[in-house]
Amino acid sequence: MTSRHRQPVRPTARLVTISYKALSAVAVATVALLAAGALAACGGDTAAPSEVVLVTHDSFAVSAAVKEAFEAESGLTLRVLQAGDANEAVNRALLTAGDPQGDVLFGIDDNLLSRALDASLFDAYTSPELAAVDEAFLPPDDAVTPIDHGEVCLNVDRGWFASHGLGPPATLDDLADPRYRGLLVVENPATSSPGLAFLLSTIARYGDPGWQDYWERLRKNDALVVDGWEAAYTQQFSGAAGSPGKRPIVVSYATSPAAEVIFAGRPLDEAPTAAVEDGCFRQVEYAGVLRGAANPDGARELIDFMLAERFQADVPGSMFVYPVRKGVPLPEAFQRFAIVPREPASFPPDVIAADRDGWIDRWTEIVLR
Amino acid sequence: MDGDRAPLSGRAGRPALAAVPLAFLAVFFAWPLVAILERSLVLDGRLDLPLDVLASSSTLEVAWFTTWQAAVSTVLAVVAGLPLAWAIARFSFPGRRLAEALVLVPFVLPTVVVATAFVALLPDGIERSVWAILLAHVFFNVAVVVRLVGSYWSGLDARAWDAAATLGAGPARRFRSLTLPALAPALAAAASIVFLFCFTSFGVILILGGPRYATLETEIYNQAARAFDLRTAAALALLQLAAVALVVAVAGRLERRLGGSRSARGARAQRPGGRERAWVAVAVGGTLGLLALPPATLVERSLAVPGGHGLDHYRRLAEQTPALLVTPWHAILNSLLFATLAASIALAVGIPAAVLAVRAAGGVLDTLVMLPLGASAAMLGFGFLLAFADTPLDLRGTIWLVPIAQALVATPFVVRSLAPTLRSVDNRLREAAAVLGASPPRVRREVDLPLAARGLAVAAGLAFAIALGEFGATVFVARADWPTLPVAIFRFLGRPGAENVGQAMALCVVLMSLTAAGAIAADRVLGRGGWRS
Repeated sequence: MTSRHRQPVRPTARLVTISYKALSAVAVATVALLAAGALAACGGDTAAPSEVVLVTHDSFAVSAAVKEAFEAESGLTLRVLQAGDANEAVNRALLTAGDPQGDVLFGIDDNLLSRALDASLFDAYTSPELAAVDEAFLPPDDAVTPIDHGEVCLNVDRGWFASHGLGPPATLDDLADPRYRGLLVVENPATSSPGLAFLLSTIARYGDPGWQDYWERLRKNDALVVDGWEAAYTQQFSGAAGSPGKRPIVVSYATSPAAEVIFAGRPLDEAPTAAVEDGCFRQVEYAGVLRGAANPDGARELIDFMLAERFQADVPGSMFVYPVRKGVPLPEAFQRFAIVPREPASFPPDVIAADRDGWIDRWTEIVLR
Repeated sequence: MDGDRAPLSGRAGRPALAAVPLAFLAVFFAWPLVAILERSLVLDGRLDLPLDVLASSSTLEVAWFTTWQAAVSTVLAVVAGLPLAWAIARFSFPGRRLAEALVLVPFVLPTVVVATAFVALLPDGIERSVWAILLAHVFFNVAVVVRLVGSYWSGLDARAWDAAATLGAGPARRFRSLTLPALAPALAAAASIVFLFCFTSFGVILILGGPRYATLETEIYNQAARAFDLRTAAALALLQLAAVALVVAVAGRLERRLGGSRSARGARAQRPGGRERAWVAVAVGGTLGLLALPPATLVERSLAVPGGHGLDHYRRLAEQTPALLVTPWHAILNSLLFATLAASIALAVGIPAAVLAVRAAGGVLDTLVMLPLGASAAMLGFGFLLAFADTPLDLRGTIWLVPIAQALVATPFVVRSLAPTLRSVDNRLREAAAVLGASPPRVRREVDLPLAARGLAVAAGLAFAIALGEFGATVFVARADWPTLPVAIFRFLGRPGAENVGQAMALCVVLMSLTAAGAIAADRVLGRGGWRS
């Protein structure tokens, strides 16, 4: 150890003095800013709540006018924290259960619900607006309130099928037909929410263990598996605007064709893609008051607002899902180009909770190994 | 005793110097990490060591793939980066500064965007193979090699080289027996950073590799953020951290042992002549040409509008969009603000760390400061949620965690850009200056500053670029009303439709331009006074 002290002084020592004054200034300023930020945060805690914090996933969106309307009506500032997909958002909430990051969690679906209920993530709340909600979407538990529903459906590239003299697939069975070999791209159910929905849809259709044979056939028919929706839809699907993809069938949403029209950048008479009615899976998205919320009153107010006419009417244009409230009119593009599947598959949360991991493991063995 | 001879030496300055980096790392790295590890591994007050996870064959498989793909990627990136580093270090030619700035562009691009370009450019057979992973790693990391090695190379004494040439040694011989050994510290620094980047690779593996490939980082993410199996995630995170610490310690030793010394003025960059001109053209044109392919497709797509090309997507950046709570323009301003803050923090933390790392006793701090590169972003993000939940540092949901998270990732680059340069300053130079009558301030101004300035400019430019492009940690702590550029790009790409894709591409082009502009500005401001001006 003494040898270290015998080391001749490096000239770098002098550099220290040059940069150190400037550096300490920066460092002190940083610490001061941080302290100010922390103090501001503390101050916020003790005063009467002036904001309500919504914890949600990446796909959450709301029109600026609708957000402002809530803030004007409630006198609260709406702060949105979003990170990751629904799965990640729920897990982050689970990590901080009882001492949550916000007041309301939005975006939890049937696939994740039992995990949250087991951890008592939410305080029970029954919104008066629930009376206006379609019975099909009423929640299995009073811990959560339904806000929207979206259906995961196969999408097809209409132009591709028109120019190849082949009709688009109409059923799940068609996907395993050699005529559709090499045309399908799906998401990995272990890493993707639409991927899991599609797997569940095939399990609902073919039963257990029938779905395993079906996926064996899909694999032999050269179905491509990618990790998530972005890679599937924007990189491999030929029908998406700007995609270099070559596969004309993808697992996406019932509303994706309407989005292709609305965001085409020019008026379109026909959608370049279409959703397939068969094989759709319904996902209802719920919101709940997080246990230990700093502003539980504001949280309930926000949930009421999310069920009220104004927010519900904004849901299709902002998040490309459907309102759960009865009698809310859909934008024109949705009526023309999107579908509302008549009989989408679904599973009760407790069945999904019990079998999901086993199904995904089995699927991985069949399709990826 | 050395303290007596050098009044400005570290004896007095060392504790104060070490305080800044140590405090920063303790609060914003160690504390969150300990919080999440405790939550994951302590059950009913008992430590539950996840040895079974570590010993399982699937863990070993993942660890092996993680290691070999990182090693191969590093070798390829170093080989790919050397020609351009040579051309930039040795010669002056029109557009050299621009070339130096442009090489940083790939470094900041979001993986998902580059992946789309790769899918479009690569042939089918390569597209979803391990080759795609390796190519992408080279694409992203060539900048590190060019910048770190190039800045060091330009300061090397060229007289030995000239002497060897006079004595009849050919270029290959001179490179092997003179240049390579002299470059070794910078090569070690660059290689260690590239290795760490590839070792902890995430987006490239998931998106380009597909579901068949997994690194420790992607497995930690899957276990923590998706399956919520914190015990398994913690086991893998500890394994990754230990591996990274080992690599960093070995690379640091190597870098210190190889440390050479350089003269006040390196070889004055000359105009290439004769055959050299062709080689420089090949090195610059070839490297930048290949690197430019994916960005060029992004520029084209940002201009594509129905029926031709136009600036529609750029014009709309100032308009409200359903994809964001604020206009995309706000995301640009946020990114500039956060990246500037993050780069300042990274320099404030990294410079003292680099100065200390140069000393014999600085090895530990040197290793510590590199560790954030090896920590899983998902676990650290979870740790932030736990650690900063209560006063005095209730930072959850504030905007402060964004520049802090970015600075954690950027600081290692500051240290690695500066340490080799600082280590090689020849003490005889300042003695000579003092003998010739220069006052101590003048010595600092005329000797230290010019030698360090170059490394400082590279460090600042890299830190700014990393902060601008940082996604993995930022997305964990960013607030919806304060999105950064990469977060905004990601939100746009999460929605179907030509306009969303177009706006994402336009933001990518803005991101690339800001990166290059930041590097040029850092060069102008901090690099001034160097031998290159």
